[in-house]
Amino acid sequence: MAKRSAPEVNAGSMADIAFLLLIFFLVTTTITTDTGLNRKLPPIDDSEVEPPIIREKNLFTILINGRNQLMVEEELMDLKDLRKAAVDFLDNGGGVDSNGNKCDYCHGKKDPSSSDHPDKAIISLKNERETKYSTYISVQNELVAAYNQLRDTRATELYGVTLKQMEANYSDVNWIGNKETLKEKIERVKIEYPQKLSEVQ
Amino acid sequence: MAKFNKKKSGDLPAINTASLPDIVFMLLFFFMVATTMRETTLVVQNRLPYADQVEKLDKKDLVMYIYIGKPTQAFQNQFGKEARIQLNDKFADLSDIRAFIASERATKREELVPFLTVALKVDEEANMGIVGDVKQELRKENALKINYTTRQGEVSSN
Repeated sequence: MAKRSAPEVNAGSMADIAFLLLIFFLVTTTITTDTGLNRKLPPIDDSEVEPPIIREKNLFTILINGRNQLMVEEELMDLKDLRKAAVDFLDNGGGVDSNGNKCDYCHGKKDPSSSDHPDKAIISLKNERETKYSTYISVQNELVAAYNQLRDTRATELYGVTLKQMEANYSDVNWIGNKETLKEKIERVKIEYPQKLSEVQ
Repeated sequence: MAKFNKKKSGDLPAINTASLPDIVFMLLFFFMVATTMRETTLVVQNRLPYADQVEKLDKKDLVMYIYIGKPTQAFQNQFGKEARIQLNDKFADLSDIRAFIASERATKREELVPFLTVALKVDEEANMGIVGDVKQELRKENALKINYTTRQGEVSSN
C-alpha cells in the first residue's frame, strides 16, 4: 500500500479557470488616460488692493468666440499661427523688467510697441460660454507649447540640454549627477520665462 | 511492408495543450498589472480632446475626478442632451461640487490635502460655460490645482 503513488490532479480545466479570470479583468478594467495639462486657478481675492497697472503693449489678448474663432490682438487668427505669435510676443524684450534690467537672453525683434520683458509679458485668455471645450484645450495647448519652446531654447543655450530632458533627469532615480544644482538650473530657466497666463472671467 | 503501414494508420496526434494555462496566465497577469479598476461608471459621454504638451498625473490617490459631458444614450430621456456634471457615479449640480471636494478632502490625510489635484475630464463637445462655472466653484472651495485631462495627440485632430 505504501508504494502506491498519489493520483495526478487533472489540470485540464485550469485553462478555463484562467480564461474566466482573464475575461473578468478585461471587462472591468480600463487603461486610464492619466495625462493632461496642469493649470493653477487664481485664488479668490476679496482684498481691495488696486491691481497693478499693466500697459497695453505687455498684454497679449486672445478671445475665443462662440463659433470657435480666435481673435488675437484684435485680429482674426488661425490656431496654427498662434504658437509663433505667442513666442514672438513673449520673446520680444523691447524694454526693461520691473527691476530695470534689459532682457539680454531674448531673441525677439526688440520692437518697442510689443512686450517689454518676458517677466512683464502677460497672456490674457477670454472665452465665451458657447466656446467648445476642444477649441479651448487646443489654445491652452498652443500657449503651453510656446512657453515650453522658449524655455527649451534657453535651457539648451545655457546647459546644452532641453528643459524636458532636465526634468526627466530630475525625476529619474538612476540619474547620476547633482540634483540640487539641477533643480536650481530648472528654476532659473522657469524664472526667466515665467508662465503668466490670465483668464478673464 | 508492415513497417510502412504502421505510419499511415492512426489519427492525427492531438495537439498538446498542457502549456495553454501558462499562456493564459501570462496574459492574465499582464492585464492585472497594466490596468486599474474602473472606479466609477460613466453616465456621461467622455471623449477627451487631444493635446501634445501633456504632463503625467503621477499620484493617482491624490486626484479627484470631475466628469462633464452630455448624458449617455440610456439617460437622455431622463436628463436631456445638455452637458451635465458627474461626481462619483451620479449626476450632480454645480452646488454639489463644494460638498464633493470637502468630502474628498476629509478622506485624505491632512498633510496631503494641499497636493490634491482636481482632474477635469470634459467631453470635447461640451461648452466652456459649464466648465467655467465648475472652475468658479473650485476657486470658492480653494481647490486651485487642476488638470485638464486629455488624450495624447495633435491638436489638429480636435
